[in-house]
Amino acid sequence: MSVSHKVGTMKSKQVSSFVMQDEEEGLDTAEGEEWMQGKTLVKPPDQLDLTEAELNEEITRVLKASNPNAPQNVVRYSFKEGCYKPIVFVDQMAIHFELEGNLVHKESDEGRRLMAKQAEVDDGGGVERPDNVAIKAAKREQKLTNQFNFNERASQTLNNTPRDISCQTEPPPRANFSATANQWEIYDFYVEELQRREKSKEKHEGQFLNKEEDKSKKKMIQAETQNDDISQLAKVVKIIERMVNQNIFDDVAQDFMYFEDASDEFRGEKGTLLPLWTFQYDKAKSLSVTALCWNHKYNDLFAVGLGSHEFTQQGGGMLLFYTLKNPSYPEFIFNTASGVMCLDIHEHLSYLVAVGLYDGCVAVYNLKKKTDQPIYNSRASSGKHTSAVMQVKWQKDDLDSNHNFISVSADGRLVSWTLVKHELVFTEIIKLPVIDTIPDDLKDVIPTVGTSLDFHKQKDYSFLVGTEHGKIHKGSKYYSSKFLEKYDAHFMNVTRVKWNPFHPDVFISCGWDWMVKIWDQTMKSPVFTFELKTSVTDVAWAPYSSTVFAAVTTDGKVHVFDLNINKYEALCQQKVVSKKTKLFNIEFNPVHPIIIVGDDRGHVTSLKLSPNLRKKPKEKKGQDLPKGPEVEIAKMEQLLSSMR
Amino acid sequence: GADDTEEKTQTIDPKHIFPPQHTDMPEEMRVETMELCVTACEKFATNNESAAKMIKESMDKKFGSSWHVVIGEGFGFEITHEVKNLLYMFFGGGLAVCVWKCS
Repeated sequence: MSVSHKVGTMKSKQVSSFVMQDEEEGLDTAEGEEWMQGKTLVKPPDQLDLTEAELNEEITRVLKASNPNAPQNVVRYSFKEGCYKPIVFVDQMAIHFELEGNLVHKESDEGRRLMAKQAEVDDGGGVERPDNVAIKAAKREQKLTNQFNFNERASQTLNNTPRDISCQTEPPPRANFSATANQWEIYDFYVEELQRREKSKEKHEGQFLNKEEDKSKKKMIQAETQNDDISQLAKVVKIIERMVNQNIFDDVAQDFMYFEDASDEFRGEKGTLLPLWTFQYDKAKSLSVTALCWNHKYNDLFAVGLGSHEFTQQGGGMLLFYTLKNPSYPEFIFNTASGVMCLDIHEHLSYLVAVGLYDGCVAVYNLKKKTDQPIYNSRASSGKHTSAVMQVKWQKDDLDSNHNFISVSADGRLVSWTLVKHELVFTEIIKLPVIDTIPDDLKDVIPTVGTSLDFHKQKDYSFLVGTEHGKIHKGSKYYSSKFLEKYDAHFMNVTRVKWNPFHPDVFISCGWDWMVKIWDQTMKSPVFTFELKTSVTDVAWAPYSSTVFAAVTTDGKVHVFDLNINKYEALCQQKVVSKKTKLFNIEFNPVHPIIIVGDDRGHVTSLKLSPNLRKKPKEKKGQDLPKGPEVEIAKMEQLLSSMR
Repeated sequence: GADDTEEKTQTIDPKHIFPPQHTDMPEEMRVETMELCVTACEKFATNNESAAKMIKESMDKKFGSSWHVVIGEGFGFEITHEVKNLLYMFFGGGLAVCVWKCS
């Protein structure tokens, strides 16, 4: 105390003395110079002006520890002595500065009061003073720190500056979808689903591939029906096309089904042919019809072979398939390199079509396959005909159950073709005999042109071949060197020879010599002969009667005969095409009472037979007439016997 | 028409699992949603609204907010939906259910 007291008082004394000095005397003392170095001398206005002598006077100062302001003559009354006594020891402390602090000990009453108040105000949140106090208290309670050797120290690390960042994620992608919910939509969907299941069941039976299942499932899931669209559309479009056609040709369709010419009753024996649809194809305009064939399985489907009969006008050819349900456009179209001369549809496998071409090739088409090309073609094989193939006929499957057919061609050979795997294997059957008028050395060179071929319905080894010279040869598949029989049928080209579908001995032939002749195979001369005024190009038996047949001629007329009714005249001779159009082919539909005729313009006309032409023998009262082939045979037999 | 669909439902119903007409949901979600729809439609066979409500609330809980459900026999629609959150299926031969998410 005494030390600090001294220092403090000395300092204060110094300050006070300096202040006093400055006020009393002036500047320029040694201590004053130190103090006021660098400062300009500013004379205070109330400074005493002293003379030089007075300024130079040395004044000694003594520093004492005593307070100059402290009273030096304090007296106190002493009750002991009853008089005033001077107090020697006077308090020398001088207080220069005093500051009242506001820290309150928290243990004291006031501190506690204040703490309570602050707790009320702040609701126990983290506030500075009471909290710190509280935390510190807690710390002290928990830590049980060493009271003598504990040092608590806190520091603050650098806090990174806070930043505001905001961002927005991309919204999930959206798509539009629209549909209609209707009873029929639901129904259609279920039907499709059932079909799919059936297909997948088949697949399961055939191949069990999990991958396929997954794929089909995926396809169903992604069922926007992208793949099915076009193919489904094709089906629908086909149906619509047929509907439209039916609407357009509605009257024709009605006639086809229901019309029976009532005027036939008044016409006596005669009948008429009612023209129905005409089938034509634009691209076939330059070609003429060379072959017609009905499909046995689908009675409304028929095949048309297009080519050219003229030697000089050979171009390409076509094979078309029409159906009565769609008369405006063919169902199947095949282009061939050369003109089609003949065709035949397999009896049982109605998708197999054998075609004979003008350049001597034979081809087999498979309608089930979607390709344009034939599945078999005889081009490459060596046995192909050297001349136009005039007729092809399917045969029964051979012992190895391979399909086969026989063809006759203008080079005079009958060849059997077998479909073995991927190729056609040929087997020569027989060569047509050369006629006698040709000199011996040319016999090998000049062939006998075979123009027509027909196989017996029941005894299918027996066949007839018609030739260009007007002869008909009967042969058998078992004899390859010789023919069994020869008939001098016509003076000119035999255009068609056909067995009667019912009677086993009867066949019909027609030729360019204007004749149609009916033969009994046991007799050398014809049973019936009919002369039609122009070249007869085709003749066909009716499938429903053994005595009805029809023939077409180059003047565009169709002649229908029924031998049961009239043995000498045609029941109907009707021109069915425009003038100067030649008819080349005729075929009866196996089921419906219609015939189709092909002409040289590439058109096929369908005609309905009037009732008179379709007459069955009259029923005698009270007797049930047995129907069937026996009746037909009996009819024919009757006729034949009458002629003999 | 109606008779046919009834006949068809008789042949269809025993076959449980039918694929939906159109959907772009992932496999699990689709299966769950379809089962939910079938349950709801069977439970509220007479009341489309309750069925739709049930479906919508369950979908909201399971897969997130803002699902929409339409159930009916004859309606057309055009909707915008979040990709991979659409299911359009038929039930019981006569009902169509369309469920989609879009906030």
